[in-house]
Amino acid sequence: MFKIIKKEALNPTVTKMVIEAPLIAKKAEPGQFIIIRAKEDSERIPLTVADYDRENGTVTIIFQIVGAGTMELNTLNEGECVHDFVGPLGRASEIEGLKKVAVVGGGVGCAIAYPVAKKLHELGCEVHTITGFRNKDLVILEDEFKAVSDKQVMMTDDGSYGEKGLVTNALEKLINDGNQYDEVIAIGPLVMMKFVCKVTEKYNIKTTVSMNPIMIDGTGMCGGCRLTVGGETKFACVDGPDFDGHLVDFDEAMHRGTMYKEFEQHAREESCNLLNMEVK
Amino acid sequence: MAVQRNMNPKKTPMPVQDPNVRNHNFSEVALGYTYEMAVEEAKRCLHCPKKPCQSACPVAIDIPAFIEKVANEDMEGAYEILSASSALPAVCGRVCPQENQCEGKCVRGIKGEPVGIGRLERFVADYHREHSKEAPKMPVSNGHKVAVIGAGPSGLTAAGDLAKMGYKVTVYEALHLAGGVLVYGIPEFRLPKKIVQEEIDGLKAIGVDIETNMVIGKILTIDELFEMGNEAVYIASGAGLPRFMNIPGESLKGVYSANEYLTRVNLMKAYREDSKTPIKKSKNVAVVGGGNVAMDAARSAKRLGAENVYIVYRRSMEELPARKEEVEHAEEEGIIFKLLNNPVEILGDEDGMVKGMKCIEMELGEPDESGRRRPVAKEGSEFVLDVDTVIMSIGTSPNPLIRSTTPGLDTNRHGCIITNGDDGLTTREGVYAGGDAVTGAATVILAMGAGKHAAKAIDEYIKNKNK
Repeated sequence: MFKIIKKEALNPTVTKMVIEAPLIAKKAEPGQFIIIRAKEDSERIPLTVADYDRENGTVTIIFQIVGAGTMELNTLNEGECVHDFVGPLGRASEIEGLKKVAVVGGGVGCAIAYPVAKKLHELGCEVHTITGFRNKDLVILEDEFKAVSDKQVMMTDDGSYGEKGLVTNALEKLINDGNQYDEVIAIGPLVMMKFVCKVTEKYNIKTTVSMNPIMIDGTGMCGGCRLTVGGETKFACVDGPDFDGHLVDFDEAMHRGTMYKEFEQHAREESCNLLNMEVK
Repeated sequence: MAVQRNMNPKKTPMPVQDPNVRNHNFSEVALGYTYEMAVEEAKRCLHCPKKPCQSACPVAIDIPAFIEKVANEDMEGAYEILSASSALPAVCGRVCPQENQCEGKCVRGIKGEPVGIGRLERFVADYHREHSKEAPKMPVSNGHKVAVIGAGPSGLTAAGDLAKMGYKVTVYEALHLAGGVLVYGIPEFRLPKKIVQEEIDGLKAIGVDIETNMVIGKILTIDELFEMGNEAVYIASGAGLPRFMNIPGESLKGVYSANEYLTRVNLMKAYREDSKTPIKKSKNVAVVGGGNVAMDAARSAKRLGAENVYIVYRRSMEELPARKEEVEHAEEEGIIFKLLNNPVEILGDEDGMVKGMKCIEMELGEPDESGRRRPVAKEGSEFVLDVDTVIMSIGTSPNPLIRSTTPGLDTNRHGCIITNGDDGLTTREGVYAGGDAVTGAATVILAMGAGKHAAKAIDEYIKNKNK
């Protein structure tokens, strides 16, 4: 059992939890993930590590309440425990030696992009961050990003905050302004990562994406998280979750992500009724 | 006491659920012997002085001795003999391939059917579980610590044996539940999870610690396990990495590895109405492969409501590697065997869902290096099997997480840990390995045998070191 030390709603559908897990906190690196089970009969949910505190022995997760599983997780409060918490899983992001990087985060993907930006900043890299949200109400981690960025661009789809437009617009502008990046790191919805890669392909900039497909065990056992990368089958849990974005078959990944759409829809409606919640 | 021998050439039949009832439920198929049936069957044993059955048992159970106790209706005495050699008798009685082991060597099998050793083992273990009230004895501690990686059959066996010798054993399990393949792989209808749990509780009762959610190689390395005071480590992390065929269409929705399918059904309980884990509601299912895992996947799919379930296997019935009883049970339940067929492509619809599987007919040619006749494709014999789900059950490889984080631990080109013969010593001092992590995917009982040998070797190693 793993105690929830702190719980905070970052916006109406995104929650941050700080979990007591000293052994994982000791080892976790940006880019890695954990698997969480809220209760004894819950689903195993993979979530990328949003932050860790080696000294205090805590791991921070940030999740969007999208389905029955995350809804159930969100019913737990500070002082309560999650039943299972496994990690750190996957490979850490390979960011050593980079001099200038653009980190692009979309929506709740910003929660995963943040620790990468932070680590790059700590390593002395020049960090430009571009964060995109649908609207002002959904903005998360703004101050955190500012603190670790040499340049920070905020984008919203509707222009209610920052600049109006997509992260790809901002990225292309920064590139055209003469910024030469060693690498672009893009973390967010599949469609966003796909189009970031389309932009960077044009300019021939190495691009790393973080994949978060459906998975069960997170240790290479089920193969449910398989992706096609450069024509080869890869398991996101052990070979990733970071991959060369120019090699990832995003269309296939998007198809595979909808495998249980109907079941999830049904489960979500049931949970909504049960927990008397409404989820957008 | 002299026992009147039963000279019936046939085994006492074991009651089973009716095939057309059981293929709609997940309750256990085989119901086990009654007390009277067990005694009757035990009387078929001739007590050969050479005990060929015992020499064919990977954990060397004194089979004639336990059977004699059953014939004399001393069930607790029989259990004592079983448990002296096997940490999980209720499991082995159900899942061992007895026809290739003890029963395969039984003298009664020459002119008739062998003694139902597996059925008797199962009966004795079940009888003990249901009747014994005696709490297990806590062994006297010898003050030494050993770590075991993986709470599957091999790890649990080693842990049990070491604990009985007085070691403080901690078993680290990657999943949220102990049992390994016994809980994520083998389905409820073949091995009820309650039985696995009770066997594990028995190990805990003699002082074995089981820490779940611990992925060794990630959260702790083997070096750190030594730093924590363990004097030896036994790696029994299994062979969990599923293989695919690398044919077009394997990324379509509706293509599962058998591991994923069975894990969803067993570990995550997707067969229950109230489960939070989704699984595809399939109409027509192709399971590719012919091992026990393929049978488990096919029979699970049938129980989940599929109308037609096919086993697609590239060789013939003779080469089919699954346990005989499982093949018979699968046939009775209406699983369709498409033998001498090999998939070449999985076809999808515009939404990325499986809509068929293109296969090619095979014929058997000259024997290959495995001694089995090599299947050769018949040109121009392609056809499309109408399926909406494909389950790949063509084998698994050892997980790379430990070998990639343990310097000095050598593995072969298949990723299997290299050990020095029977005792399981690896290329690192104090590190032993066994089970599927060493052999590649094999059986529960072979993994248990390896655990037993390693426990003995670890005990000798630690004793010598501390002399």
